[in-house]
Amino acid sequence: MATCTHPILEIEGISLSFGGVNALNAVTFEVASGSITSVIGPNGAGKTSLFNTISGFYKPQAGRIRFLGEDIGHLPPHQRGKLGLARSFQNIALFQGMTVLDNIKLGRHAQLHTGLFDALLYFGKARREEMVLREEIERRIIDFLDIEHIRKAPVAALPYGLQKRVELARALAMQPKVLMLDEPVAGMNREETEDMARFILDVQAEWGVTVLMVEHDMGVVMDISDYIVVLNFGEMIAEGPPEEVQRNPEVIKAYLGSGDFAKLRQRMERYRTPQPGAT
Amino acid sequence: MRIGAAKATYAADEALFDSATQRCWLGVLFTALVCFPFLANAYWLYLAGLVAINVVSVTGLNILTGYTGLVSLGHAAFLGLGAYTVAILEARAGTNFLLNLVVGGGVATIGGLIVGMPSLRVKGLYLAISTIAALFILQFVFYNWVAVTGGSAGLSVPPARLFGLVLDDSFKFYWVIVPLTVLLLFGAANLFRTRIGRAFIAIRDRDISAEVLGIPLLRYKLMSFGLSSFYAGVAGGLWAYFFRSVTPESFPLLLSIFYLAAVIVGGMGTILGGILGAAFMTLVPELLKLIVGWLPIQGDTLVIISPLRTIAFGALIIGFLIFEPNGLAEIWCRVRRFFHLWPFRT
Amino acid sequence: MDWLLLLEVSLAGLGTGGLYALTALAFVMIYKATKVVNLAIGEMLMMGAYFFLAFSTALQLPWWLAMAGAVMGGGLLGAVIERLTIRPLLGKSTLSVFMVTVGLASVFVGVVELVWTADPRALPEFIPRAAVFIGPAFVAPKIFYSFLVAAALIAATLFVLRFWRGGVALRATASDQVAAYAMGINVPRVFSVAWIIAGMIAALAGILVGAIGGISSAMGQFGLSVLVVVIFGGLDSVLGALVGGIVVGLMEALAGTYLGGEYKRLTPFSLLALILIVRPYGLFGTAEIERL
Repeated sequence: MATCTHPILEIEGISLSFGGVNALNAVTFEVASGSITSVIGPNGAGKTSLFNTISGFYKPQAGRIRFLGEDIGHLPPHQRGKLGLARSFQNIALFQGMTVLDNIKLGRHAQLHTGLFDALLYFGKARREEMVLREEIERRIIDFLDIEHIRKAPVAALPYGLQKRVELARALAMQPKVLMLDEPVAGMNREETEDMARFILDVQAEWGVTVLMVEHDMGVVMDISDYIVVLNFGEMIAEGPPEEVQRNPEVIKAYLGSGDFAKLRQRMERYRTPQPGAT
Repeated sequence: MRIGAAKATYAADEALFDSATQRCWLGVLFTALVCFPFLANAYWLYLAGLVAINVVSVTGLNILTGYTGLVSLGHAAFLGLGAYTVAILEARAGTNFLLNLVVGGGVATIGGLIVGMPSLRVKGLYLAISTIAALFILQFVFYNWVAVTGGSAGLSVPPARLFGLVLDDSFKFYWVIVPLTVLLLFGAANLFRTRIGRAFIAIRDRDISAEVLGIPLLRYKLMSFGLSSFYAGVAGGLWAYFFRSVTPESFPLLLSIFYLAAVIVGGMGTILGGILGAAFMTLVPELLKLIVGWLPIQGDTLVIISPLRTIAFGALIIGFLIFEPNGLAEIWCRVRRFFHLWPFRT
Repeated sequence: MDWLLLLEVSLAGLGTGGLYALTALAFVMIYKATKVVNLAIGEMLMMGAYFFLAFSTALQLPWWLAMAGAVMGGGLLGAVIERLTIRPLLGKSTLSVFMVTVGLASVFVGVVELVWTADPRALPEFIPRAAVFIGPAFVAPKIFYSFLVAAALIAATLFVLRFWRGGVALRATASDQVAAYAMGINVPRVFSVAWIIAGMIAALAGILVGAIGGISSAMGQFGLSVLVVVIFGGLDSVLGALVGGIVVGLMEALAGTYLGGEYKRLTPFSLLALILIVRPYGLFGTAEIERL
């Protein structure tokens, strides 16, 4: 649960448009440190655009993003990563030409110090750094996520569920303060989803990492989130803990199209009972 | 059958040659390399020297194109930069052999950094085409800056001198070129055990992800260009000492294509691929000469060797791309796997 | 300031520009349909010219028949290339296909050198030799008539692509093969047709270029200048090919006359370096958008 009173990430009035299309409209919310916050909304609501703006790939027309109190709007993506803002992608963005181990090691890239000449020589500084890195990754990450058996496997050969787990491992190697997960359980079966949900909870508990995730699986969202933000057509229509958001009529309308449950039930009845004369 | 290959320490796991059998073969290779010059005639020594130069050059291009994914057709120009620098230094300043090579590499590195500048805005094939432009611009300089480069007549290079010994034949040159090549190969292999090498591969596979992980793209792309050009410059310097003359015609677009073909044929993105590709492409023309010699053709067979070589060249590129895109290194790995698993099937 | 010289040089440049534009058209056709950057375009040009030579000297055909034969030969060559070397690489990286065209270029040069040796040759004369004057300016007749042919062909192509649904089919297959298939477009046929037409255009351009400057196994270098033209105009824009061709042709002619002959080859590539820094997708090309 949140241990610090200051929010770790503050989104203030972010507006983003492409040409004439408004992707985001004055979105404002805070992410509490150490929490699991979910961003939900129908397709096209602007969730991935929001993530891309926080990562630094899109420049918002208005608004500010504060990370640990500092405005990071002017920082390029690779520097935001260095500060502790890690993220995974909707389509797996692992490096297909490398093994699982190498992919994870890349997560730590920004914090290592081996330079070009050290690398060419290898024996000495580079080797020491590599060994320390290897040991730490094996102990803390590979054990933690149950992927010892595939660590030498080329990533391209792994099934989808395991690839997603490796992506999580790589993000963890960044020693992030905030972990942004873009649809972490998309395309997974029940068992894989439960595993991933458990891992996310463990990450929060054992590593103290704040998790910000975009997700469509309402089961996972309602089960593990501390706080939910709902977007629709680029605007924030609700925020709060899961129980509140579940009951919010605006949210229901956005997902189901109508707040009127009587009408909805009627429609469902019609489809359940067979029509007279139909085969 | 290869069994019991488990390692007890992480250091052992990350070693370049991680099994006793491999180290044994390495010993055999070392002995072979040492004995070779005493058993070979001048022609084979010449070939060995040429292969070594090409290995250095191809390894450099492999770092840029195979590992970092930046296609470059300007490699020949960097060889030229190294060659001309060495030629000028040796002829006019008489400086130390190794120093000349390093400076030659350095000049080529500067060229590489300049050519690599657009690589942030310009990607993929557009970058490849811009390297062609760079090649032609540099060629223009080679041909026309007569005061420095000697124009189309070129420069002649006095033989290299090392520790008072004059390296004026293939035998003596062998003992310098081969250790140098091995050293540069080790450097490249080491690179990919560290974060720098991994960053290169990351840029090749998915540069947006790499950025998110905190890898500054332009800096690393430039590093790749610079390092690759350094290797080319050293290869060019060796070329100058080897052929004892440097002319602008020695570094045409066709040479860049030759090196790129060697990278593809050998196997992109593997150090072994660079070695195999360079050796193969250097020896193919020799093989062709042999075959043509056997064929029952009347008249001057020498005339058809050059076009046949050009055709073989193109056919190799096409053939490997269609049938074996991972190159000779892949074939090598398959053979190894066969022996590792024998008597079981792969 | 010798205005007459300027005019004459400019007209000559325009004429060459027309040929650049024509070759660029063949290139763009291939790129539009199959997303392949064909570095062998100059060599396809060369093959067309050599086919013409073979048909008119070896087979003793009258020039118009030899030309028809060469153009068909070019089309056939295009079809064979597509079927044998491009189709198998469908789905592989663009670099692989690019390198295959590099390999093809090499093969063609080698074949030409094998059959006809590397010596430069002249094509049989078929262009009217009467001097052409535009006002006071003299234009070499070969260049003038070549320009006319090139202009006519480009205009025809622009017209056809605009108003024929095949043009849309071409673009559809390039951007998404699976979707095009689903829409009922015979994708393999579109590929073949694109390469055949491109091959025919390249062969014709080759004959014209050869008529002006003679032919040799090094003719493929022309293709490298065309590369500049298509980057300038945008890899997938026919209009860009036209504008780019004219501009590059003009600049080359002016540089050659006023700066010196050795600058002729440098110009396109300096231009290229500039374009890539300022506007990498060319004047009319569609910028590629990467989805995150």
